[in-house]
Amino acid sequence: MDTSTHQPVQQSVAERLDPHTATTPLGDWVRELCDAPDGGNLLSMTINVIIIIIAICAFSSLTAMVLVWMERKLAGRFQRRLGPTRTGPFGLLQTAADGLKLFLKEGFRPNASDPFTYYLAPLLPLTGAFMVLAVIPFGPSMWIADPELGLIFISAIAGLGVLALLIGSWGSNNKYSLMGGLRAGAQAISYEVSLILCFLLIVLASGETNLLNIVEGQQGNFWNWWIIKLPGAGFIAFIFFIITSTAELNRTPFDTTEAESELTGGFHTEYSGIAFSMFFLAEYVHMFIAAAIGATLFLGGYNAPFEFLPDGWWWLMAKSYAIIFLYIWFRWTFPRLRIDQLMALEWKFLLPLSLINLVFAGILIAMGWIL
Amino acid sequence: MTTPDQHQDTPPQNRPQSRPQNMGAFTPEAQAEDTCTKPSFYAYFIKRPIVGAFSLLTGMGITLKTLCNVTSTVTQEYPENRDTLTMPPAFRGQVIMPHDEEGEHKCTACTLCEKACPNGTISVLPMKNIANKKVLGKYIYRFDQCTLCSLCVEACPFDAIRMGNDFEHATVDKDSLVMVLNEKEGRL
Amino acid sequence: MDLVQTEIPEGFTRSAGGGHTEEYYLNMGPQHPSTHGVLRLMVRLDGETVKEIVPHIGYIHRSIEKMAESQSLIQNIHLTDRLDYLSCHMTNLGLCLAIEQGADVGVPERAEYIRIIVCELQRIQSHLLWWGCFAMDLGALTAFLYGFDEREKITDLFEELCGARLTMNYFRPGGCVSDLPNEFIPRILKICEHMKTTLDEYDNLVSKNMIIRERTQGVGILSKERALSHGCTGPVARASGINYDVRKDEPYGIYNRFDFDVPLGATGDCYDRYTVRIEEMRQSIRILEQACKDLPDGDFRSKEKPNYKIPKDEHSFSSVETARGNFSTYVVSDGGKTPYRIKYRSPNFSHIGAINDMASGYKLADLVTVLATLDPVIPDIDR
Repeated sequence: MDTSTHQPVQQSVAERLDPHTATTPLGDWVRELCDAPDGGNLLSMTINVIIIIIAICAFSSLTAMVLVWMERKLAGRFQRRLGPTRTGPFGLLQTAADGLKLFLKEGFRPNASDPFTYYLAPLLPLTGAFMVLAVIPFGPSMWIADPELGLIFISAIAGLGVLALLIGSWGSNNKYSLMGGLRAGAQAISYEVSLILCFLLIVLASGETNLLNIVEGQQGNFWNWWIIKLPGAGFIAFIFFIITSTAELNRTPFDTTEAESELTGGFHTEYSGIAFSMFFLAEYVHMFIAAAIGATLFLGGYNAPFEFLPDGWWWLMAKSYAIIFLYIWFRWTFPRLRIDQLMALEWKFLLPLSLINLVFAGILIAMGWIL
Repeated sequence: MTTPDQHQDTPPQNRPQSRPQNMGAFTPEAQAEDTCTKPSFYAYFIKRPIVGAFSLLTGMGITLKTLCNVTSTVTQEYPENRDTLTMPPAFRGQVIMPHDEEGEHKCTACTLCEKACPNGTISVLPMKNIANKKVLGKYIYRFDQCTLCSLCVEACPFDAIRMGNDFEHATVDKDSLVMVLNEKEGRL
Repeated sequence: MDLVQTEIPEGFTRSAGGGHTEEYYLNMGPQHPSTHGVLRLMVRLDGETVKEIVPHIGYIHRSIEKMAESQSLIQNIHLTDRLDYLSCHMTNLGLCLAIEQGADVGVPERAEYIRIIVCELQRIQSHLLWWGCFAMDLGALTAFLYGFDEREKITDLFEELCGARLTMNYFRPGGCVSDLPNEFIPRILKICEHMKTTLDEYDNLVSKNMIIRERTQGVGILSKERALSHGCTGPVARASGINYDVRKDEPYGIYNRFDFDVPLGATGDCYDRYTVRIEEMRQSIRILEQACKDLPDGDFRSKEKPNYKIPKDEHSFSSVETARGNFSTYVVSDGGKTPYRIKYRSPNFSHIGAINDMASGYKLADLVTVLATLDPVIPDIDR
């Protein structure tokens, strides 16, 4: 297909600051302190990196806390319950109490397990989460790294999480854990394909793999977002993205990895205390990341829905939390799929339709039939 | 539909299989068609995902309705609602022996309750009063053995004991579960 | 990791090793979320596929049948609460019927109606709990709490009626312990009306849900012949197409006065067992409405001085339809106050025996589905 006629849409970028070179006031201040106002020297870079690391850690912990509280509260309301009410106002400190309990618990390791893999596994998922957080553009000047191949970087790093499950389940030396880990591996490999096809559709449409450029390309009103801008194809791709990302996150209806009624706990059957809390934390950070990627690719990222409204990180947050609400809604409504049905859904239904959708989008773009 | 009396006469094998009317799409016949025959391309690849997606959305609608309907919450916040919480009169808490204003009970130490108890929960220790008549000395009730079956209350011909309405029985002291129910010995 | 064992564990037909793939054994239970108590299933697995299941029971054995021999007949009633605790009114009724038959005790008209009303309420309550647990075993946690919410309304009624929520101990030979409380019948009718709309909602949330249908239809098929040979009764047998309901075939009490249908399945898969139970709830509502309409005034317990002694060498036998199937009581008396022997026949025991027929060849997740549709109550199996 000849797509050379298609030019990436770059409207009115000149009017505002180029996000690729924008700096934050905090970083400027640090550079001034270190007498390196322009390029930065070793000292200023070190300080800035430390600030960034602290910011990412704080942000992920806070996100996980908010999300756990949100999930528990919403789950309660979905189930005619109240959810947590006792710890702090509206039970807001419930996650802190949970975390405290988990941190104080004895770290228990089964006798027959392999200590190296057993203790390595809980460290991995958060590492991957932090790396992905680094490339997500939260605002016009709120980003950490701006790689040209941002989207490809994300799809590469996203596979790291499942590696942790595989390692941990193998290291636990438990049949339930092993089954959970193998299910996770099979599931991740399958659903990654559809997920990357969804990414590919955006790459095809915007002509970019740089996340900042993708977001900048969706400036203006909400009909410039790819979910609407590509008539039909964008919406279908968004639905597929929601389904595949739910599967990638191992959440209901695709939570065969944990499947507490079948595998008692799946990959984390043998984990307790702080090791379990690492998995738990990473699960919720991953949930935010998936929602943020969805918002970035399909819903315009930090762009406001209308031109006259100011852009900023709050729009990304609002869009991400809307998608997160969907994930929570799914979890508290649906039963779980069986593992073979899960595979059938991907290989017999989602993958062919994703490919057809990609071709359809390609035709739309080649003919210039985009809004 | 056959009448119940006809059902008695016909052996089960020959009986017409009465099927409920309102099973709708879920009759076994419909299911058997669903699962046993090889479905057509249209039924399998077009109709099934659409019907399925619609069914999933219906389910999501039900949970969303519950989420939005604040009045649907059924949680009782227990220690807070302690004052308003009442148990029904028939509730079977522990066995109690009611005493009137003068502190008198109705027990005559006939030991019917002791015999009725399946677990040996009750020990009635009689004593002789001044008139050399058998009266109640101690009514020992071992709550830690009680299954709250209320057979003792049924056995009592004098309504001397009944089941209380208290339900907060948790204790850290096992000895406190063995109690003497009568306040004073004898019956004047 | 030593996943392969060479020796054959007790009960299995062949070893896990030695095939073209390495099979392995997995212990499900006695501590497992989906075995509904302390059932232990030993499973031989080929990957995810279940090859053979050997159920192990006895983890909650309390020797109730032996205890029965040292307790008087009326004291035994509260032990039957502890058998099938989800349909304890029906198990109470089973023993009461046997005692009435042996000791020749009459039951007043009103007591008969109260018994029917209470038993059918209990059937709905038990099926509601099953519905919730079934959904939870399939991963739908919200449905679990919806089921418990509706069940709570009926449990509250029972609490007002007999003072307990689980171990009712309400029936006695010759009637019941107490009369219905005030305003009881209107509240039952209100619950019936409410249940009708609720069951439709359940259909939308679970029965019509595509994932549920995919996971239950054609899964765990129990043929009519195998169901018969295993002695399955109740909803499990009816889902396999066996038209047997104690209430219809050997009516006890006054069940022959009521107009109700016995829902039957055709294929005997998990979905049939599901629909049969959902439909049984609707039929129970029908019975309840008829019984509430016809409830006569009168005594709730026979006036004749009860002498609960079964004559020497008298054997009495009764069958009742609990929420799980045919529950039978067999009482042998030596003329004394306590029975010589009481034997209970529990439906769950037969159902657990059939699990190898149902679930082998399917995936491990289907074993959980099959177990959920069997609705086992483990204390009833072990006794």
